[in-house]
Amino acid sequence: MEEDVKLMKGNEALAHAAVRYGADGYFGYPITPQSEVLETLEELMPWETTGMTVLQAESEVAAINMVYGGASCGRAVMTSSSSPGVSLKMEGISYIAAGELPALIVNVMRGGPGLGTIQPSQADYFQATKGGGHGDYHLIVLAPNSVQEMADFVGLGFDLAFKYRTPAMILADGVVGQMMEKVVLPPVRPRRTQDEIIEQCPWAVTGKRGRAHRNVSTTLELQPNAMEKNNIRLRQTYDLIEANETRSEEFMTEDAEYLIVAFGCTSRICRKAIEDARAQGIKVGLLRPITLWPFPKEAVCRLSKQVKGILVAELNNGQMIEDVRLSLSVGSSVPVCHFGRTGGIVPNPQEVIDSLLSNFPQSK
Amino acid sequence: MAKIFGAVEIDSNRCKGCDLCVAACPTSVLSLQPKEVNDRGYHFAYTVNPDACIGCGSCAAVCPDACIEVYRLVDKNA
Amino acid sequence: MTREDIIKDENKVYSRPRLLLDATMHYCPGCSHGVVHKLVAEVLEELGMEDTAIGVAPVGCAVFAYNYIDIDWIEAAHGRAPAVATAVSRLQPDNVVFTYQGDGDLAAIGTAETIHACTRGENIMIIFINNGIYGMTGGQMAPTTLEGMKTSTTPYGRRADINGFPVKISDIVAMLDGTCYVTRQAVHTPAAVRSARKAIRQALINTREKRGTSFVEIVSTCSSGWKLSPVKANKWMEENMFAKYPLGDIKNTEVKK
Repeated sequence: MEEDVKLMKGNEALAHAAVRYGADGYFGYPITPQSEVLETLEELMPWETTGMTVLQAESEVAAINMVYGGASCGRAVMTSSSSPGVSLKMEGISYIAAGELPALIVNVMRGGPGLGTIQPSQADYFQATKGGGHGDYHLIVLAPNSVQEMADFVGLGFDLAFKYRTPAMILADGVVGQMMEKVVLPPVRPRRTQDEIIEQCPWAVTGKRGRAHRNVSTTLELQPNAMEKNNIRLRQTYDLIEANETRSEEFMTEDAEYLIVAFGCTSRICRKAIEDARAQGIKVGLLRPITLWPFPKEAVCRLSKQVKGILVAELNNGQMIEDVRLSLSVGSSVPVCHFGRTGGIVPNPQEVIDSLLSNFPQSK
Repeated sequence: MAKIFGAVEIDSNRCKGCDLCVAACPTSVLSLQPKEVNDRGYHFAYTVNPDACIGCGSCAAVCPDACIEVYRLVDKNA
Repeated sequence: MTREDIIKDENKVYSRPRLLLDATMHYCPGCSHGVVHKLVAEVLEELGMEDTAIGVAPVGCAVFAYNYIDIDWIEAAHGRAPAVATAVSRLQPDNVVFTYQGDGDLAAIGTAETIHACTRGENIMIIFINNGIYGMTGGQMAPTTLEGMKTSTTPYGRRADINGFPVKISDIVAMLDGTCYVTRQAVHTPAAVRSARKAIRQALINTREKRGTSFVEIVSTCSSGWKLSPVKANKWMEENMFAKYPLGDIKNTEVKK
């Protein structure tokens, strides 16, 4: 079969990928800069083809609770929003995590705090990777840096969510959501049938349908011992995810004397900065975390032993830098500096090089 | 003339002694135990006047804990 | 005629519903929730829905509703049951989906989800227990608390100038095109219980037949929150609650979508 190559926005590619993955439902609410996800899905009318449900909810709160309902039924369901809207979803995300339910949540980040700006940002790193909602839980957080990954991470996110029965998040940013690039759309898969769901997800709330026991999707447990068991089970799942699913990518690190750590759109800017810096004789490489949780601690630790300095570049005032510092060996003396722009400003590669040179003057 | 006979069985351990069945009974069959309590400390309902029961089911209808079962027999020869 | 002659299987006219699980309910003595749970279990059994029904439980006193009726359940976040039910009903149209919510859940924190599920005409049944008070948290003011009614957060009695007026949410949802059946019932007398049972039956049939949203309000008591005995609470409800929340059908029609 010929490859399905298209030119489209990241948000549009994500919507196409959801239908092609065989997602059962999308529930969303408009917010810039991700409204194209809902718009594209409504244009595609997948209920006519795959039978996928698409619904514009009355709020982000309702949308995430629709996802909670659909996920309780063992369905592949998702929602998308941008920063202020994702804050509203956090209660529901905590419930989905507590209920050990698979779901996909997309955050196309804009600048905050508060109503902030509609321009790109990476300021929801803490919210996505450190909990965000209440209670002791984690999300699997995937950070795409291209339109291709906006499409590919839909399938990856759903697969991981179902494998570990935990919500996954695609933490994109306004650049990746809005920019247009060539994308090879993923293959079309059929939606799972009710029988397949019952077989693969024996916990799914489907109506008893002759089952001897009842399936109840609940996150309430008033007995401390039982609740602690739930928390321990979640922790064990997270340990497995950390052991098996940490993903990162490296660029020109083999001989690097300096390391830039960046994710999402910033990693693209940093690649260009590294090419330009190398042309000036500065031996610098890039580590791009693809999963922000679990964070690629070992890759950071390994590279930190090789380099003289680390620059963490983010569209925020310093969030991922905390995880980079935590990844270093005890007693490591490698300096870790930060370069960040906020307010919706996207830096150019020269700014990154300037920051590298000012933080590490000896690198020249 | 036909005569109606009724009887109720009360799950006294499930009963919370709310008194709603006593109030609902049209023939004053039921009462709460004045002194005796069940395992959970409730003065449970019992049939103080069983012969008056007509098996109408009013007590069972209003019982929040579904602890009353009702029997009804129509004797056409009585 | 002896008791042994009467107590025979062939003479049984009322027994505990089969779908009511054996667990003793956690509700206070005389709580209306128990009667309504019993009716839902009875009607689900009568309509043969035990394999297709999915209940969505609220936050509030009925948070453990899923422990009492022998069907599949989802426990929703506070106020979000109609959103949860929306997704379940749309993704699994073969199921009969209903929510079971109290006044705080449905008419305060969850008002948006209630209104929008109703206006979309989701094919669900909403059971709304209105006792004018927050039971689980210890008797605070509810959106439906009557003017003058004392609660732990209106110890002086609800005052319109401070707390605003009680909301008649059933009248609001009856105005929405998506609702097919809106009724206000009670369960304080045998006759009221029979009427409420009929209403729940109608609502579940509507849901199965995809006629739109059916909304069954049950004006209820909270003897603990009202600080009255169950019998006196029923009398207080008749004298006070029914004036604000009169019983009867508010709307009964088929939605044209």
